[in-house]
Amino acid sequence: MNLEAIGESLPSFVEGLQVTAILLAAALVLGLAAALPLAFARTSTRAWLSKPVWLFTYVIRGTPMLVQLFLLYYGLAQFEAVRESVAWPWLSSAWFCAIAAFAINTCAYTTEILAGALEATPAGEIEAARALGMGRATVMRRILLPSALRRAIPAYSNEAIMMLQGTSLASIVTLLDLTGAAREMNSRTYLPFEAFLTAAAFYLALTFALVSLFHLAERRWLAHLAPRR
Amino acid sequence: MNRPIALALCLLALALPAAAADWKRIRIGVEGAYPPFSELAPDGTLHGFDIDIARALCTELKAECQLVQSPFDGMIPGLQAKKFDAIVASMSITEERRKAVDFTVRYYNSPSRFVAKKGANLVVTPAGLKGKKIGVQRATIHDRYVTDLYKGSPVVRYTKQDEVFLDLAAGRIDATLVDSVAASFGFLKVPAGKDFEFTGPAFEEPKYFGWGSGIAVRKVDADLRAKLDGAIAAIRANGTYKRIQDKYFDFDIYGKAPAP
Amino acid sequence: MLHGYAASLLEGTGLTLAVAAASLAIACVLGLATAAARLSGSRLARALGAAYTTVVRGVPDLVLMLLVFYGGQMAVNALAAQLGYEGFLDIDPFVAGIATIGFIFGAYLAETFRGAILAIPAGQREAGLAFGMGRLQVLLRITLPQMVRLALPGFTNNWLVLVKSTALVSIIGLNDMMQRAGQAAGATREPFTFYLAAAAIYLAITTVSLLALRALEKRYSLGVRLAR
Repeated sequence: MNLEAIGESLPSFVEGLQVTAILLAAALVLGLAAALPLAFARTSTRAWLSKPVWLFTYVIRGTPMLVQLFLLYYGLAQFEAVRESVAWPWLSSAWFCAIAAFAINTCAYTTEILAGALEATPAGEIEAARALGMGRATVMRRILLPSALRRAIPAYSNEAIMMLQGTSLASIVTLLDLTGAAREMNSRTYLPFEAFLTAAAFYLALTFALVSLFHLAERRWLAHLAPRR
Repeated sequence: MNRPIALALCLLALALPAAAADWKRIRIGVEGAYPPFSELAPDGTLHGFDIDIARALCTELKAECQLVQSPFDGMIPGLQAKKFDAIVASMSITEERRKAVDFTVRYYNSPSRFVAKKGANLVVTPAGLKGKKIGVQRATIHDRYVTDLYKGSPVVRYTKQDEVFLDLAAGRIDATLVDSVAASFGFLKVPAGKDFEFTGPAFEEPKYFGWGSGIAVRKVDADLRAKLDGAIAAIRANGTYKRIQDKYFDFDIYGKAPAP
Repeated sequence: MLHGYAASLLEGTGLTLAVAAASLAIACVLGLATAAARLSGSRLARALGAAYTTVVRGVPDLVLMLLVFYGGQMAVNALAAQLGYEGFLDIDPFVAGIATIGFIFGAYLAETFRGAILAIPAGQREAGLAFGMGRLQVLLRITLPQMVRLALPGFTNNWLVLVKSTALVSIIGLNDMMQRAGQAAGATREPFTFYLAAAAIYLAITTVSLLALRALEKRYSLGVRLAR
């Protein structure tokens, strides 16, 4: 194990760590924000609301994220109309395309998770809220949403971790995240073990951090389900 | 080492019969994404100058050729990991690469040039290109050159050269440094490249651009290198080289030997 | 419309499916073994099983694949040399791909199988043993058939994710559907067309898989009262 080579490449790995963290945070925040209204639409009884959302989640969950990323980054750039449009400064940026692709992907999965959590709301809670005279919107805001978000924490933590691993695809569209730093090191020094094991170590550290964060979240918000001490 | 586990590991990998000593069977690493030297036809077969040269050399050596495709930035690690025995992928002979592998004599030599949009009037110096995004294929001589000398310009690295051309055409990068022949055939002569042109001088400085393109082999395989050297000389002498060259180019791509 | 690349894409699809099927086979073997390890009495076995799932969850598929492809070859060569085997054993992209994907999904399947086995009422196994059935008999005739039904939803999920992750094998140069789509895109300068085609093919595969596995679920659930 050539520790000297790893030491030399460490700065680029640290930069890659920053890129990965930013990509993950942006994707998760945007994805979750978009998933909130979509989850309500998905569980709606009105077909014109729920069917399009179902189609969206079906297509996104049924195709690899790599294809979605390529379609956004290389695919859209193919069209003259896109290149001349106002959106081009955004779409031409690898950062934007990567975050957009990741956000859309996590949004689809999160929508399904939240929809499942919403449907699992005990009927009694909603009945009680209506009995107290709460309007539709108030019920959604004060009862359904907090309750569903809590229920969704375990499943969402899984999704967040999978998205962390998914950010490694950014290296394929020229971004220098952790995986990108490892590939650069490999192509410069011809030391694949050192390069990719270092990246793996960083990812494991990030995963532990994320898992701990969610443990804290569960302790706080799912305390009522924890075993008696 | 635990025998059953080791045996299982060996069975896990697809074993091919050993080809070593007599070189009756040579596995050659090729890229398949670098027209006109190496590309994949719609039916999945490999075509190109590199491919034809590789096959001609095998015929000359009376050996069986097995072409193994690999991404370019994985070629030297792949060679050292014994995925193949020789690399025929327009790989320039440079001092830096010579630290890891050995090369045969060159089988062609062509200069590198910058490509940019027509009318961009880019000044091809580190100062002139400051702030301009330069796209290169990862792990190439162009990558090294731009990384070392054009420190004021963001360098964007791609796995394949045609990804560079796609982004150049889309305007995501301002220029690329690339082999002039590959640029000409792969980009400037096709509709997508009609608004682009060569800018700046031709680069041939051996320190970065090497001494032509050669065939890389592992350092321990000196006998294979000698055989390939002989085969290159033979196909140059017996007209096979000229026949292949004329199929793709209307100029002499063998070129002159660069200054040492 | 596809500029003559349709045949190439279909050939690539065949290879993609082959990668998926082979990986699934490896993953099932690893998954069953790991589930057994994590449910066993031995602390070492449980620890190893936990370490395995932790590594797989904590490292991206792409990194593992690059590690196995570039690094694995060196390891195998070194190993072979130590055992006195001359020549080489090739880890080509196909082998690297199925080894990696099989390794990754072995961990996920282990969780699915473990959950399914734990969901079988303990009384079933006890009754089998009380009847004088041997441990292996209990496993084969009582535990596994019931496990299949309980594992199917999770298994369906794992299979769908596995199929999609085969797209990554194109990164290490395997000439599968994704790689061919990329080549066609580069050659024709029409990435949108070909990546859309790739997406459509994947969607078709996932749809067919979903329908087939749902039908299987129904078949295995005959006679079981569901809490609806």
